[in-house]
Amino acid sequence: MTIPQLSIFIENRSGTLIKVLDVLKQANIQIIASTIADTAEYGIYRIICSEPTRACEELKQAGIAVAISDVFAIELDDQPGRAADAVKMFSEAGISITYMYSFLLRGKGILIFRTDDNAHAARVIEQNKLKSIAL
Amino acid sequence: MINVNSPYFNPERETMSRQQIEALQLERLKQAVRHCLTNDFYQKKFEEAGITADDIQSLADVRKLPFTTKQDLRESYPFGMACVPLRDCVRLHSSSGTTGNPTVILHTQKDLDEWANQVARNLWMVGLRPDDVFQNSSGYGMFTGGLGFQYGAERLGMLTVPAAAGNSLRQIKFIKDFGTTAIHAIPSYVTRLYEVMKEQGVDPRRDTKLKVLAIGAEPHSEEQRQRIEEMMGVKAYNSFGMSEMCGPGVGFECKEQNGLHFWEDYYIVEIVDPETLEPVPDGEIGELVLTTLCREAMPLLRYRTRDLTRVLGRSCPCGRNHIRLDRMRGRSDDMIVLRGVNIFPIQVEKILMQFPELGNNYLITLVTEDNNDQMIIEVELAEPTDNYSLIENLAKEIRHRVGDEILLKPRVRIVAKGTLPVSEGKAVRVVDKRKVYQ
Repeated sequence: MTIPQLSIFIENRSGTLIKVLDVLKQANIQIIASTIADTAEYGIYRIICSEPTRACEELKQAGIAVAISDVFAIELDDQPGRAADAVKMFSEAGISITYMYSFLLRGKGILIFRTDDNAHAARVIEQNKLKSIAL
Repeated sequence: MINVNSPYFNPERETMSRQQIEALQLERLKQAVRHCLTNDFYQKKFEEAGITADDIQSLADVRKLPFTTKQDLRESYPFGMACVPLRDCVRLHSSSGTTGNPTVILHTQKDLDEWANQVARNLWMVGLRPDDVFQNSSGYGMFTGGLGFQYGAERLGMLTVPAAAGNSLRQIKFIKDFGTTAIHAIPSYVTRLYEVMKEQGVDPRRDTKLKVLAIGAEPHSEEQRQRIEEMMGVKAYNSFGMSEMCGPGVGFECKEQNGLHFWEDYYIVEIVDPETLEPVPDGEIGELVLTTLCREAMPLLRYRTRDLTRVLGRSCPCGRNHIRLDRMRGRSDDMIVLRGVNIFPIQVEKILMQFPELGNNYLITLVTEDNNDQMIIEVELAEPTDNYSLIENLAKEIRHRVGDEILLKPRVRIVAKGTLPVSEGKAVRVVDKRKVYQ
């Protein structure tokens, strides 16, 4: 029910981001969604992409520290309030969302998130007939 | 004929009682002093101190002798402290001369033989026998860890592989193909070797015959040693040596791992206060001072090693009564003085090694920011993470614990594995970028 996401630990220094992107470009990997937060010293660059296993290998070969983590990806109608409805279901079930980001894909809203209890979150998704997507 | 079942390489010497050790030391000290006095350098020193060879009547009289220092070696570069004609010397080792003249140590054939005997004694002590395969993954050339262990391991009778440092893939191939059972390397290189093994899918417990590691030449904490033992699945024994005293062989841990036995049939060991130069009581930290008792080419009297340690005891369950010293706390010239506080890098390492989330590589940088001197600790994560709070909590916890230890709060940067420079020689742990105000 989850999809693989790349988590790359990068230093807050010019040139580190382009190094990652260059490796993915050379390997012909397509980025579908990505997010990075700003902190003083470092960032975790999270990427949903095509062929995540190969992408991970290529990055490791280039000496970049990368891990694959499992995140949920659910599809929502592109309507106001859908994200609020979805998050409420988890909140009511007592599940914490550790981080979340979203994007539009083929006219649908895609919500990517990680929780502190994946097994429980999977049951909530099932019970509420939320649609998880595969890539 | 050597008895492979004996725990001792040289039973007679290794199991001497304290009384026997001290009697032998006094006899040898008298000889050493007379031998030194054949040289102008020592004659002048003795004149200045107002003493003669006859003033040495008891072992305690060693304190009447003048100290020698690295500065003396530099000033007498290259052959001023030789006590035999050059034609009797067969080997020369030299240390780098980054701050002036290099230092030179000369050896006669007998000096080299005795050096090999000391190293062989150490390796035997930790269970190595002629059936073992010894890979010396240490720099050769002028660095005494190369030839010192080479000759010692051969003296013991092991098949000895002079693999030298670096080229980790080849090292691992040798370990597997030759059935290497023991490795000597500096601790930072062992961790490097392990990283490469992991990348290659080699499990040292499953895929190698390793049983002993000898590590030394680089100050390391007990925590670092335990990590190395955990990684490689074998015991790692601490080795002490310095080029001025031949090289490795001077002190080594026995299987009890309760400090390093310093061989008192070869050296007189003193621990002194580095300021007052007076002896400190057992158990208190001071500077290690060594007097060579058997050296022909270049005997050294009361040589100030700059290494800081303390006496742990003079007996051991292993049956050896040679003095036991604690692992070196670092050299007095490694000490950082930051905002008036004396700090040893090993104090920081000790704390970092307690976090399983952290890797083995770290760097301490001293900088001046807004006219304030600061310590920045950069340390690598063992594994990549998707968790910001883990990193933030780690940084906070390190800052807190190091702050408690050294009384100054450092800035902590957690970096990804592979970010910090890896050296194949001794690891660089401290970079000082502070502004010096004249």
